[in-house]
Amino acid sequence: MLKEYAQILILMIIVFGFAGVTLLLSSLLGQKKKSDTKLMPYECGIDPVGTARQRFSIKFYITTMIFILFDIEALFLYPWAVIYRRLGVFGLVEMGVFILLLLVGFIYVWKKGAFEWD
Amino acid sequence: MVDLLFILVKIVVVFVALLLSVAYLTWLERKVLGHMQSRLGPHRVGINGLLQPIADGIKLFFKEDVIVTAADKVVYHLAPFIIVSTALLTIAVIPFGDAIKIFGHNILLRIADVNIGLLYIFALSSLGVYGIVLAGWSSNNKYALMGGLRSAAQMVSYELPLGLSTIGVLMQAESLSLSKIVQAQAAQGWFFLPQFIGFLIFFICAVAECNRTPFDLPEAEGELVAGFHIEYSSMKFALFFMAEYASVILMSALIVTLFFGGWLGPSFISCPAWCGPIWFGVKVFIFSFIFIWLRATFPRFRYDQLMKFGWKVLFPLSIINIAVTAVVMMR
Repeated sequence: MLKEYAQILILMIIVFGFAGVTLLLSSLLGQKKKSDTKLMPYECGIDPVGTARQRFSIKFYITTMIFILFDIEALFLYPWAVIYRRLGVFGLVEMGVFILLLLVGFIYVWKKGAFEWD
Repeated sequence: MVDLLFILVKIVVVFVALLLSVAYLTWLERKVLGHMQSRLGPHRVGINGLLQPIADGIKLFFKEDVIVTAADKVVYHLAPFIIVSTALLTIAVIPFGDAIKIFGHNILLRIADVNIGLLYIFALSSLGVYGIVLAGWSSNNKYALMGGLRSAAQMVSYELPLGLSTIGVLMQAESLSLSKIVQAQAAQGWFFLPQFIGFLIFFICAVAECNRTPFDLPEAEGELVAGFHIEYSSMKFALFFMAEYASVILMSALIVTLFFGGWLGPSFISCPAWCGPIWFGVKVFIFSFIFIWLRATFPRFRYDQLMKFGWKVLFPLSIINIAVTAVVMMR
């Protein structure tokens, strides 16, 4: 098994090397003619107003937070799925209860309007 | 020692093949989109424009590398690095054939056959989100920030049904190793028939994960100019592009592996082991073509529709798919 991971490590070195060399080459090659306008953030040709480090909609935050909750619950499904045939009826009932609990939370979040983007 | 040499050669060959297919997927996309819109597409550089990707690459290397003054320099350079590495590293666990014999050596046609193959892929595709968010934030550009945020919310929303839709396959294959999943399909038949709903959900989510039309809101040209990679030029821009096309190929490869029998050919044609990569390549090509076809066919979603579709349709549907699979398998 360790041999398999060593192979991934070799590929990782190649990929990192490729990405690093590409980044380096693109900054070495090519012309360098700097001007204030060119180095400004692009806002369709108009001088940028204020900074871009602004507050953003709470919706993005809520969505990612719900994602973390449900993704952790989804994680429990992987080991269960692999040994499902061996677990039999016990596995079906156990996971049924687990998913039911998950669904109650899901319906609560839905009714609270977390998925509305109006 | 000889074994190590074979392994190194195999890894380099796979890596170069992946880079070449990424380059020629851009050619294919421009050509197919052109013909679908009654244009010719690239046709000046080489026969039928076949040298176009190489010409583009050389051109991009010699373009000016503009770094915005207001950008956060470290994160700004880190973002394309992360996004292209995570996209290219996914190839490591995808099996593209069974074992073949070269000069008396048994060569397994896959880089690594880890027993957590599918989790490895999901882990990497989750890390890819970091690249997009960091690119959007570090550019210090309002459009880029908007694109990055949208993309992050979209990708995490579709990652959930993407992961859940594979559960049915795992229950039938009883393994997370991708080569074992293919071997299970040799015994039980291809999984797209019993797992058709799972396949549909997975395919839709795969399109959304790659940020491709009709889910290309992060880069919506009409309103966000280019989204998270707006301030990137030269090869940095090309790295984002390569990551997108690499993930199209790898998602197609994953669909083929999970639902369409991987390297297996149709059962009525008997063919030696070296046919495996050919079957695999043909199937991956078909799905990559469908990705391009979708882009030529569908208009873009609205953002609220996109999020509603992900959470209110795909997520419950994938849960129902798991429940139905579990009950049917019990009988």
